[in-house]
Amino acid sequence: MANVNFVLNHTPVAVEGGLNRRLLDVLRTDFGLKGPKEGCGEGECGACAVLIDHRIVNSCLMPLANCEGKDIVTIEGFSETERFTVLQKAYSECGAVQCGFCTPGMILASESLLHANPHPTEEEVRIGLSGNLCRCTGYNMIVKAVLLAAKEGEGLW
Amino acid sequence: MRDISTSVPKTDHWEKTAGTAKYVADLAPEGALHALTFRSPIPHGEIRSLVLPDLPEGYASVDARDIPGKNGVHIIQDDMPVFAERTLRYVGEPILLLVGPDKTVLKRLLSAIRLETVPLEPVFDDRRADVWHHYVKGDPDQAFARAKRIIEYEYQTGLQEQAYLEPQGMIAIPEGDKMTLIGSIQCPYYVKNAVVPVLGCTSDKVRVIQPPVGGAFGGKEEFPSLIACQAAVAARKTKRPVRLIYERPEDIEVTTKRHPARIRLRAAIGEGNVVEAIASDIRLDGGAYLGLSNVVLSRSMIATTGAYTVPNVSCSGEVYVTNTVPTGAFRGFGAPQIFFAVEMFFQHLAKDLGEDPLAFKLRHLAKQGDLTATSGTFRDPILVPKMVKRALEMSDYQNKTRRYSGESPYRGLGLSLFFHGCGFTGSGEATIIKAEVQLRKNADDTVDVLIAAVDMGQGAKTTLAKIVAHTLDLPLDRVRFPYPDTDVVPDSGPTVASRTVMIVGGLLEKAAQKLKARWVSGVAVQLTERYQPPEWIKWDEKAFRGDAYPAYSWGVDVVEVSVDPRTYQVKIEGTWSVYDVGKGIDERILEGQADGGMTQGLAYGYMENMEIKQGVLRQRNLTDYIIPTACDCGPYAVEWVENPFVYGPMGAKGAGELTLIGAAPAVAAAIENAIGRRIRKIPATPESLLELIEYGKR
Ligand code: FES
Ligand code: FES
Repeated sequence: MANVNFVLNHTPVAVEGGLNRRLLDVLRTDFGLKGPKEGCGEGECGACAVLIDHRIVNSCLMPLANCEGKDIVTIEGFSETERFTVLQKAYSECGAVQCGFCTPGMILASESLLHANPHPTEEEVRIGLSGNLCRCTGYNMIVKAVLLAAKEGEGLW
Repeated sequence: MRDISTSVPKTDHWEKTAGTAKYVADLAPEGALHALTFRSPIPHGEIRSLVLPDLPEGYASVDARDIPGKNGVHIIQDDMPVFAERTLRYVGEPILLLVGPDKTVLKRLLSAIRLETVPLEPVFDDRRADVWHHYVKGDPDQAFARAKRIIEYEYQTGLQEQAYLEPQGMIAIPEGDKMTLIGSIQCPYYVKNAVVPVLGCTSDKVRVIQPPVGGAFGGKEEFPSLIACQAAVAARKTKRPVRLIYERPEDIEVTTKRHPARIRLRAAIGEGNVVEAIASDIRLDGGAYLGLSNVVLSRSMIATTGAYTVPNVSCSGEVYVTNTVPTGAFRGFGAPQIFFAVEMFFQHLAKDLGEDPLAFKLRHLAKQGDLTATSGTFRDPILVPKMVKRALEMSDYQNKTRRYSGESPYRGLGLSLFFHGCGFTGSGEATIIKAEVQLRKNADDTVDVLIAAVDMGQGAKTTLAKIVAHTLDLPLDRVRFPYPDTDVVPDSGPTVASRTVMIVGGLLEKAAQKLKARWVSGVAVQLTERYQPPEWIKWDEKAFRGDAYPAYSWGVDVVEVSVDPRTYQVKIEGTWSVYDVGKGIDERILEGQADGGMTQGLAYGYMENMEIKQGVLRQRNLTDYIIPTACDCGPYAVEWVENPFVYGPMGAKGAGELTLIGAAPAVAAAIENAIGRRIRKIPATPESLLELIEYGKR
């Protein structure tokens, strides 16, 4: 069976076959990375989100075959960065985390948003996070956190 | 000492942001089998025959015949079977589990099961009442006989899905004759007490552990007991750990939802446009099995006059049984339905009587010392007038209302007044729950909080530890609150009914005070505190008479909407809320409860739509059951007034449900004012608004 090669959390990896398998399952089962969660399995909630070449992607919709040559980062890899430190602190200060099930996806969506737009307006943050569902908060505290992170992390993005 | 309300970082913040928290689906015990459920395809009927495909080595089916004990899930009414035996009562009712090592193989096997049924006529309306209550306050007959005018309307509310982001899941692990269950749950002891009779074992043979829970909102109050029983039976049969983890479509299809309600309210209007009496008829759709419906109904009935004092009341309530998915606990627990109805009713009464709705409501508002609908007493100060004043200022209510008062301005404000009775209804705490908490002081002067309360996102891990640390004058990191394990912690009761801070936190405060008195550095000690009801609480369950709750939290919501004149899409332009929860234990955590509760409540009023046609749910996933995104929400302005409750820890009352309750009536009133047509049914979706604008009453 053919290998699919990609970079996962900064390490080159090769995954054997099952080209139709969902990236979400590959990450959770083959690599034991449980940070990406399954909330809906249909691309609606963003709990399974990962970064692929800096863009936020729902891994439940991503077939393994399409990962060839990509640079993939999960919350496990991202949590070692300085930008994560700034984001998690802002999330804490703004009370953006309740049950935490949406949080890894939200943090990665925040990263992808700030990467593309380091100085977003509130409206832009709302649009940037609208692919990620959270049922515990009313998003306002998450939006605040992203705006705070943009300020506190000036120059990081 | 710092004010307890000052926020601290949540104790589980790191594991949740870094993604290291292990939720139930993240756990895979050695040798675990997957389980999938085979379900009824029809709303009502009998099984004629069921033929399984040949099961490969390592695969098994598990059904009612494998249950060592009793085939019934212990909730309050134990009417729901673990597996259906012959009669099928709703689409999706579980018949058997298939278990095995490979989920893809299981899916194939599942679709190869051949089931033949004999259909019976399904019931979808309210003709089969199964629970009925009635109570009276004062002399309603006389009040109606004397009335200057009688006004009557009917109100309807729909289904609502909890839509916690983490689907339901349970793992059963057999070790010898012991069964351990790990699941996404709100009530470890409910699960334990349900599994014991099903396995037919002694209580010490079942252990329940709670991992981090990805949201619950009532949806993980009673439902997990069902899947725990099923997983336990499967694990007992196969002698292997069994993982029963739902995917979203299955979760939406078969888990409990908010009871749809039909509420008829009739008012006797006396001199000076005073509401002298209310007669109410409350009907809740219980779905196929009663479960908790009885208690949900009680909460609706008790609040039948809303935030108002009405001297004469006649209230009847019933739960009817239908051939649809069972309804159950959902944040607010019967209160959102009745508060929608009563708040709209008071607005409609005022309009019919040619009065300003706000002035009309304020004239009838309950005051300290007044009798409640069930003839108990509002003992504590009611600060609502002051809260209303503040909410009006914050929202610029009067000016805006004037400005939007044209014929159909498509912009409007709505206001709601509401309360939430904190803790179990009636004497439940004393007679059913009998909560017990323990504190263990270790030799190294750290303290462990031993309770069965669950942090499902609402921050209990932080707030409860904080109450203990604060009382003992200890830094928060010296107090540990491990995830509950029924082999270690006593039964401090379920994590429901906005009782966690007020009741469990209250017991912890008492225990901590005693521990403080006995504190000797370097010496280990453990102590237990048990719930004692305040002796002034008098409740007659049969007559529905007396003090239904020890305390009430209060709220005022103002909501502003705009309605698109072509599409009838509703946009929330802003919300302003003032709440009285006694004393806040952590401001930021409270703010989170307000943010999330408001969002769920608003969406209940205008967005979240779930329909059942011939017993089949029309919505299958989060793609068609639409819940709010970041673009639908905010900004919300929230303020809190302090009104310490003597029996709550540091004065705290309940907060978790209150923030949801007023949102639907406020948004519905706002839409009503924006379109100039009366709203008597939620959700007020664009389709229903179209109908109202074409045919509705002004
Ligand atoms: S699980 Fe992938 S978007 Fe919901
Ligand atoms: S914190 Fe629970 S879903 Fe977002």
